Amino acid sequence: MEQLIQQIINGISLGSIYALIALGYTMVYGIIKLINFAHCDIYMIGAYIGYVCMSKLGLGFLPSLLASMLFCTVLGITIERIAYRPLRNATRIAALITAIGVSLFLEYTTMFFASANVRTYPSMTGFMAKTYKIGDIVISTQQILIAVITVILMVLLQVIVKKTKIGKAMRAVSMDKDAAELMGINVDTTISFTFALGSALAGAAGILVGIYYNSINPLMGVLPGLKAFVAAVFGGIGIIPGAMLGGYVIGIIEVFVSGYGYSMYRDAVVFAILILILIVRPAGLLGKNTGEKV
Amino acid sequence: MKKVCIIMLLILSMVFAVSCSKSDSDTIKIGVNYELSGGVATYGQSSVEGIELAIEQINEAGGVKGKKIELVKYDTKSEPSEATTLATRLMTQDKVVAVLGPATSGSFMATIPVANQNKVPVVSGSATADVVTVDDSGKVQEYAFRICFTDTQQGTGITKFALENLNAKQAVIIMDSSSDYATGLADNFTKVFEEGGGTIVAKEAYVGGDTDFNAILTSIKNKEFDVIFIPGYYNEAGLIIKQARTQGIDVPILGADGFDSPVLLDLAGAEALNKVYFSNHYSSAEPSDVVSDFIESFNKKYNKEPDAFNALGYDLGKFVADAIERAEKIDGESVKKALESTKNFEGVTGTFSIDENHNVVKDIIVIELKDGKQHSTYKVSN
Repeated sequence: MEQLIQQIINGISLGSIYALIALGYTMVYGIIKLINFAHCDIYMIGAYIGYVCMSKLGLGFLPSLLASMLFCTVLGITIERIAYRPLRNATRIAALITAIGVSLFLEYTTMFFASANVRTYPSMTGFMAKTYKIGDIVISTQQILIAVITVILMVLLQVIVKKTKIGKAMRAVSMDKDAAELMGINVDTTISFTFALGSALAGAAGILVGIYYNSINPLMGVLPGLKAFVAAVFGGIGIIPGAMLGGYVIGIIEVFVSGYGYSMYRDAVVFAILILILIVRPAGLLGKNTGEKV
Repeated sequence: MKKVCIIMLLILSMVFAVSCSKSDSDTIKIGVNYELSGGVATYGQSSVEGIELAIEQINEAGGVKGKKIELVKYDTKSEPSEATTLATRLMTQDKVVAVLGPATSGSFMATIPVANQNKVPVVSGSATADVVTVDDSGKVQEYAFRICFTDTQQGTGITKFALENLNAKQAVIIMDSSSDYATGLADNFTKVFEEGGGTIVAKEAYVGGDTDFNAILTSIKNKEFDVIFIPGYYNEAGLIIKQARTQGIDVPILGADGFDSPVLLDLAGAEALNKVYFSNHYSSAEPSDVVSDFIESFNKKYNKEPDAFNALGYDLGKFVADAIERAEKIDGESVKKALESTKNFEGVTGTFSIDENHNVVKDIIVIELKDGKQHSTYKVSN
């Protein structure tokens, strides 16, 4: 029983990260039907900004978190402005290939400046390094921090999307871009805003991973990015609560698979389950199965 | 850009030609064929630092056979195909009597056919893969030598240490399933540990690049075991150690030479690095005259503490020079014969002899970490 609870705690910490990244994929897909492969590298850049803030500038955790989210926001908007906007009316495959190009550009630029070596965050002290024991269950401050910050960010995102004017515009553009434009919504601004939100979340995920695992490198985004993308598809791509659910589910499945003796087959099992779910529910867990209009 | 490159190359080759023709008679040339850039550049660079120090000392002391040694240095860019090309060039154009390097097993093996063909020995200080000096049919590669232990010897050494020094009866293995090095060590550990009366309680796997090991650690936590063996590299091992200690697992943790990096300390933190043991080629904490002399002169030349690759490179330089001194004539064939007959060579990584498979027989050093620092060393003989 205790082991089960401990594994769920492990799964939630891992799943939170996937969920934060998955939100960026799903929002961008929802609004311009683009799988933004560069998203996972924004997460990596977020981790590096956090590294610079914490170990070079000596800032605390919260200022570093904000700095990294802010930087990623700007980066996300810039990428959209330079790389994707000129291709707004091009084929989807052209945009997709551009996204892969941007992804490689970010990875190898970082490698050029920061070298391919693993970098380590400064070790946490005091409150940040504490662990709490309840019976046999161990929880660290960092795990709590990850879970709490993820939930706060998700609630904030829901409020923005559901209650604000720009959120309403986002929903409108994702439903029908042309109609939204005719209604006087500035589509370009709305899309920029979507990139900004997604990138900020990825930046937050990056720095959380940095303090939790302590190890960052220029290619750290590739695998989590892939899994977060799977999480987004899993929950139903384009649907915000779906990405959150998908992130947690993938995190927990992964932990259970390796926790119960199948660590050799972890990724295989995760993807097998994905295939099964997509056979049964092609639109994802929360997706509505709408017929394709011909 | 291209033009500039070509001109540069021309100038370089001219300088080279001049220097070659001038120094032909009074020097002995040794090729240095190492990974100076690319993926495993630190291994190559460290080895070459050691080699250069060794040759400098030999030349200051009068050289070998009354002649000075001249190093001809090339960069393999960490690519096996480049290593082959450069080995050919060293043997046919530069006419060296022996080639040192490359550092990694894959690149080193790529140069062996060239060595056999040109009858010039290649010697590596750090190619530890089991198959290096013998071919598929078990026949010895005539012109290939190495002065480091093999992965099997290393695995056996650390397992014996677990059984005898730590009295371990039950062990858990957490291995990097994406690397031959790690799976080989894990298999060897399992075999020797079970032969010694121990049992493997659990065998878990991860993939290089993973960062989250909490699931594996939680699942082994409730089992009974005396040691954890982590065959793998420092990047993941550091994180596993940190997460294990956070979860309250405080049994001894064992590893191999893949642990040998300052990054291990950065990742795991000093607090977690207690009761951590790993096998290595060399330890600076070992008190012997040869070693302290080496550390002192290395410090003087490079202004830093030597690591295992520096030490292996240093030994390699001295070892090959020693063979040339003993060789009948100064050519590849005689040097090869002299290398084969090396007995009880005293180096900083131990005293060793060359066996019939062109491997060395030497003690394995096990280093204990305490608060992240090398605390004490043990010797395990094979």
